[in-house]
Amino acid sequence: MKRNFFSTRWGIICVGAIIGILAALLQKLGNPGNMGICVACFERDIAGALGLHRAGVVQYIRPEIIGFVMGSLIAAYAFKEFKPRCGSAPVVRFALGIFAMIGALVFLGCPWRAILRLAGGDGNAIVGVLGLAFGIWIGTLFLKNGYNLGRTQPTLIGSGWVLPLTMLGLLALVLIYPQIDGQDKSGVLFYSLKGPGAMHAPLLIALAIGLGIGFIAQRSRFCTMGALRDLILFGQIHLLSGFLALLIFALITNVILGQFNPGFAGQPVAHTMHIWNFAGMALAGLAFALAGGCPGRQLFLAGEGDGDAAVFVFGMIVGAGIAHNFGLASSPKGVGPHGIAAVIIGFAFCLFIGFSMKKTMGK
Amino acid sequence: MSITVDARGLSCPQPVLMTLDEIKSDKDNEIMVLVDNEASKENVIRAAESQKCRIGDIQQSGDDYTIPITKG
Repeated sequence: MKRNFFSTRWGIICVGAIIGILAALLQKLGNPGNMGICVACFERDIAGALGLHRAGVVQYIRPEIIGFVMGSLIAAYAFKEFKPRCGSAPVVRFALGIFAMIGALVFLGCPWRAILRLAGGDGNAIVGVLGLAFGIWIGTLFLKNGYNLGRTQPTLIGSGWVLPLTMLGLLALVLIYPQIDGQDKSGVLFYSLKGPGAMHAPLLIALAIGLGIGFIAQRSRFCTMGALRDLILFGQIHLLSGFLALLIFALITNVILGQFNPGFAGQPVAHTMHIWNFAGMALAGLAFALAGGCPGRQLFLAGEGDGDAAVFVFGMIVGAGIAHNFGLASSPKGVGPHGIAAVIIGFAFCLFIGFSMKKTMGK
Repeated sequence: MSITVDARGLSCPQPVLMTLDEIKSDKDNEIMVLVDNEASKENVIRAAESQKCRIGDIQQSGDDYTIPITKG
């Protein structure tokens, strides 16, 4: 039986390195600071472009997200791994997606961006990564005690195509209603005139890079949450080596491109409230651990037909709407008016799920 | 004696957790792990190899894989 190169140690290291280099390049090509790729931020921007929230500075249909799902779908079809499946506690996954997004937006980034912020010299990300590890550690305690969302069931092809079709629909909307200079609306889509939403790499390049990353991430099972979870749970460093390769190669590329600016204050799209950087990322980490994958991995799983992962993605997009409509998301000035309450409620919810979703699986 | 671990339909990291539980238990020397996707197959093999176990011939039937593991 031929071995999948990308699933080897060197395979995952190559994938992490490629993602690190491409993420830093995306920033050079126009994406926001230390945000070459941020799955949470980009899904939030998509929510804004669709008008699910009306935060004027974060509205853009990010082609990278479309690429991630479609690249994974292409890889899954090419290697006969496209398998429509669903039915593993979808409503729980939807709610976990909402709180994962809220936690990420309190920190201002998902695990991908936490690494990229670190690679750009943002010291606040150290606290964020520690919070991420803490949240995942709590998740592993639940996993050791029998936490389980139950078995998924094979299903028919249409179910596996819901998120990919949604992504193709978003791409169609961007092509039909492209950005018009100086206008914040084009057809049904909202665009940002300033702020992170106004900063983006050229559409076709971003889409191509997204497709490439989606393809290799599907083959390698790259996962930023799994990297820390497997280390804590099993002492395994397979996924972690990809995670570290991403950090190191993004750092090197940033230094070469002059994008490395060490410090805490005045970092791009970041705040310095350490407790809430830690707690926001801890909530996100716990929610990702309970849902079995980081936000990127959820997109790649959805691309190979996993309907439960697709439900999680929709949860994150809805969560972004909630976070910005109700003052939960942070800004460079600090946490939003209700961000702290949302983190506490999020933790209470995740603990409830962790304790209540427990079943002895038949062997 | 061999025991069968049915990890079909379970997502990461459950198949690995269940396999390691059996490897660490004293009861059986042979473990048959059933999984239904490539990623789980790779993860179970990687975890078993890290415990110095031997992997036998993997049988495929439809989407399911049977991975025979012998404790080292």
